[in-house]
Amino acid sequence: MHNHKKPFLSAQRWLPHPLMTLMLIIIWLLLVNAISFGHIILGILFGVAIPWFTNRFWPERPKIAKPVQLVRFFFGTFLRDIIVANLNVVRLTLQSDISQLQPEFIAVPLDIADQMVISILASVISLTPGTVSAEITLDRRVLIVHGLDIPDQKAAVRTIKTRYEAPLKEIFSC
Amino acid sequence: MVVVECIISFFLILGAFFALTGSIGLYRMTNFFTRLHGPTKATTLGVGSMALASAVYFSFQGNGISLHEVLITLFLFITAPVSAHFLAKAALHLRMHKNTEALPPR
Amino acid sequence: MLNIAVIIAFTLIVIAQVLNLYRLFNGPSLPDRILALDNMYIDAIALFILVGIHFSSKAYFEAALIIAVMGFISTVATSKYLTRGDILE
Repeated sequence: MHNHKKPFLSAQRWLPHPLMTLMLIIIWLLLVNAISFGHIILGILFGVAIPWFTNRFWPERPKIAKPVQLVRFFFGTFLRDIIVANLNVVRLTLQSDISQLQPEFIAVPLDIADQMVISILASVISLTPGTVSAEITLDRRVLIVHGLDIPDQKAAVRTIKTRYEAPLKEIFSC
Repeated sequence: MVVVECIISFFLILGAFFALTGSIGLYRMTNFFTRLHGPTKATTLGVGSMALASAVYFSFQGNGISLHEVLITLFLFITAPVSAHFLAKAALHLRMHKNTEALPPR
Repeated sequence: MLNIAVIIAFTLIVIAQVLNLYRLFNGPSLPDRILALDNMYIDAIALFILVGIHFSSKAYFEAALIIAVMGFISTVATSKYLTRGDILE
């Protein structure tokens, strides 16, 4: 975690989070909305300096074991489900009788232990069909999710576990 | 150019419609947790698609491509679940939920 | 055609803002009001984007981005205050 334990010339010390560096460079180039040599240099400077100074807030980096699956999960499952979720919410919101809705809290037991992956899972759940992740228990084993219209609780938990948790567990191999 | 204008108009109106649906959800629903769903999903996607339409519009203005509106979309999609989570936590803390069966003891 | 689309989108967003205002003034609880305020921030981004397209000026982008950042921070800060009674621990 602290830099002085590591050898002076090592990637671990000077580039603790390569993915974050890449993201920061891309975000900087998007922000200035131009690609020129000077801005690329400045972006690299920020991309190296910001992870270095905030290193203590990010003790471990997420290990992406299967990048191809991550891309497939993002474009295949995630983006599609966002669209489906929104059409679903639009349909549920605009229906004439909203008293037929069955809002419910469901408790999803978690198989993954990594904090980063849990927060990714919670965000994915919040953005996709009819569910918002509300709370996580103190021991980080159960995620409490609120659903807008859940006729069958067991099926909803099963969907979340097989559709989102299992791929994430495989991608980040934890 | 007409095709591009059609695409921009389509995304603008679709986005505005989604944003309106989110607000209608906020207006109509009866309980705080059901109200939370409209703003987190519909409004985020709506404003995100309007930002994308804006990126397409400025890219076809003749001053080179302009992608920085994508940042707004990205930022909205990253922050919406986080703020929804914090609001839900606050509401749970204030004991605003009616059915406590699914909540395990803390 | 684009002008008409922008005007229609303006109208829809303004109606949305009025509904948000209703919830902001009438919301039975504090989290409802915070949620309405958060939604108003996001709809304000939409208004800035529309104004930018209407005047075809890129100057509104920065305002929209800053409103996005400020809205997120204020929502998180206020809901954290409700949860803990304190913002920074």
